[in-house]
Amino acid sequence: MIAHAIFFYTFSLIAVVSAIMVTASKNTVHSVFFLILDFISISCLFIMIGAEFLGMIMLIVYVGAVAVLFLFVVMMLNVAQQKNQWFAGQSTSKHIPVGLIISTLIFFEIIIVIGGWKYKPEIFDINNSFANTSLSNTHSLGQILYTDYIHVFQISGIILLVAMVGAIVLTFRQRSGLKRQSYIKQISRERAEGVEVLEVQSNKGVKIDD
Amino acid sequence: MIDIGLGHYLTLGAVIFSIGVIGIFLNRKNIIVILMSIELILLAVNINLVAFSIYLGDLAGQVFTLFILTVAAAEAAIGLAIIVVYFRNSGTIRVEEIDKLKG
Repeated sequence: MIAHAIFFYTFSLIAVVSAIMVTASKNTVHSVFFLILDFISISCLFIMIGAEFLGMIMLIVYVGAVAVLFLFVVMMLNVAQQKNQWFAGQSTSKHIPVGLIISTLIFFEIIIVIGGWKYKPEIFDINNSFANTSLSNTHSLGQILYTDYIHVFQISGIILLVAMVGAIVLTFRQRSGLKRQSYIKQISRERAEGVEVLEVQSNKGVKIDD
Repeated sequence: MIDIGLGHYLTLGAVIFSIGVIGIFLNRKNIIVILMSIELILLAVNINLVAFSIYLGDLAGQVFTLFILTVAAAEAAIGLAIIVVYFRNSGTIRVEEIDKLKG
């Protein structure tokens, strides 16, 4: 119990501090690295409370793919040198109180919901049919993912396909002046247009025109 | 304080969600940081779903976390592609200077 508390406070402190640094950091590359730190600590929390599969997937998907994608775009667009300052000019200062008010409102709304959970827990009394503790988390997740949620699973695959096609179509650029390989030209080439047999006379040589 | 319950995880989710919202509002410089704030918000939602799923003993929350992960990855890919195309066309991704749709 003590160890649970110690690890929870450690990882959540790291997560909150790095989340603040994501928004407050002056350098965008540093923001991406703090985002990676945030995802790592949250996936440690997931593994700690028993959702091992999601913790590992989180590491693979976010740290392995999404964060590297962010890093790649930040470095490709060369915006790392642009300073990310909050109080840049006079016109920006009117956004700050609005943002603070809205975010504190949202925070207290969520806290009120948590209080409802704490003081009247029978509201949330849902029948929990998946209390099978003999299986591992990954095993039981796979059992319901491929049976009850198979259509949703396939739809999420289609979403990923559409996202991939969309990203490629958006960033595809036809450049002029490139020498490209044309398979149909290569395959449909005949012997007659490629090779010519000549009678070479002695001391004359062959004139090649191309 | 020592006894870690559901409320602790939900509070952590609320804090990270609020930090993400603050990041969207306060960031005036770089649109990539706004995308990262959106990722933070989705992460907070994931924390809530996983915490409820563990404490209620119902695995549906973790399945939905998986789907939110999918949508977040797709959103990041499309958003970054749009940013790359915009940067190629207009040469800037500063938030104040993206006002072509203003009319």
